[in-house]
Amino acid sequence: MDVAAALDRLAPRLSPTATGAVNARRLSGGASLETWAFDLDDGTPLILRRRPDGAAMRETALPLASEAALIRAADQAGAPAPSVVHVCEPADGLGEAYVMRRLEGETLGRRIVRDEAFAGVRPDLAWRCGEVLARIHAVPTEALPELATSDARGELARYEDIYRQLGAQRPILEAAFRWLEEIAPPPPQRPVLVHGDFRNGNLMIHPTDGLVGVLDWELAHLGDPAEDLGWICVNSWRFGEWRKPVGGFGDYAELLAGYGGGISLERVKFWQALGSLKWGVMCLMMYSSFATGQDRSIERAMIGRRTSETEVDLVKLMEGA
Amino acid sequence: MISHPTAAELTEGIAAFEAEPAIPGDARQAFLARVTENARATLAREAEHGARLEAEAVERLSALMGETGDFTMLNAKLCEALREGAIDPRDPALLAHLRATAIGQIAIDQPTYGGLAALRDG
Repeated sequence: MDVAAALDRLAPRLSPTATGAVNARRLSGGASLETWAFDLDDGTPLILRRRPDGAAMRETALPLASEAALIRAADQAGAPAPSVVHVCEPADGLGEAYVMRRLEGETLGRRIVRDEAFAGVRPDLAWRCGEVLARIHAVPTEALPELATSDARGELARYEDIYRQLGAQRPILEAAFRWLEEIAPPPPQRPVLVHGDFRNGNLMIHPTDGLVGVLDWELAHLGDPAEDLGWICVNSWRFGEWRKPVGGFGDYAELLAGYGGGISLERVKFWQALGSLKWGVMCLMMYSSFATGQDRSIERAMIGRRTSETEVDLVKLMEGA
Repeated sequence: MISHPTAAELTEGIAAFEAEPAIPGDARQAFLARVTENARATLAREAEHGARLEAEAVERLSALMGETGDFTMLNAKLCEALREGAIDPRDPALLAHLRATAIGQIAIDQPTYGGLAALRDG
């Protein structure tokens, strides 16, 4: 598939003043979805998200048209999100895909937690993450595309099933499943729109404007609001700044204050621990696509060796429990 | 001792990447080249420390489970005991073994990981 040529043909439908598309380039990173940056010849900076030809959808992943609909809903609820410009149709020749505005900023956690350029926005970032999550969780759920609903016990059971199928023998993960099962909170009274992957990497941070876009809505679902607050506290995306539990840039109290109440720290910490466990299982799962020959890239092999980082974190959390 | 992936699988992955034709300026390939470098460094650390860490793990597992055997057998028994609830996940002797296991493997997989400092000193 020639993505650049297809984008060039699509350009006039993306902006009334455009006749073509230039500078189409695939951004590095993700293997389950492709992200392309490109510009229209009238200067409009855009992003294409598309499912690679023949790629199997992750079990829990949303169709891209649903992802686009959620971004629009979040935008309307006052959460920062990139404007969706176009949801692709078969005639566009791009497969399952959509086009959105390209925001200016940084998603690389390592830079966001360390670089001098972000020193000015870091102190308010945890509070702002809480505020933005409150807006996402307040999105009216009636008009949303069909979404799965989950809760703590359901997530634990689902990930334990996946873990069993992978055939790994990891005593730390085994212990964590039993520990978290004992302390799992009941389902929330009212399930909310959960982003499902709210962490460094999916947050567009501008050096002066702070959090300007929440990206990658592929794992959105209905569930416990504390899930999103716990996920951004998982140590795997603190990039060495482990003393600052919220994304490597802030404290629990700031996150909860920005959120505006209604969620206990205990519940956030439960979901943080479950987040580490889920990330550990996900690493094994991504490795398994290498083992089965589905994707023989070195990236898929090496990600299995990130399971041990979650084991380090889980031991720490179990010792402190 | 270490699986998912084993050292042999990492070696295969590195060889497969090296066999691919270079595409100058390709961002994805540049990313994979960095991952390949990390894989080589991981293999070097595993060659240096893997056997010692496995021997230490077997000693700890024998004491914990009150049995003798090789790493794979003892580790599988521990997993089974945890799954069946025969060992409490917060048992101090268990946690001591899990702590040593986690520290041993991260020293091979990702020695600069921030969580290691948190576990040791935090």
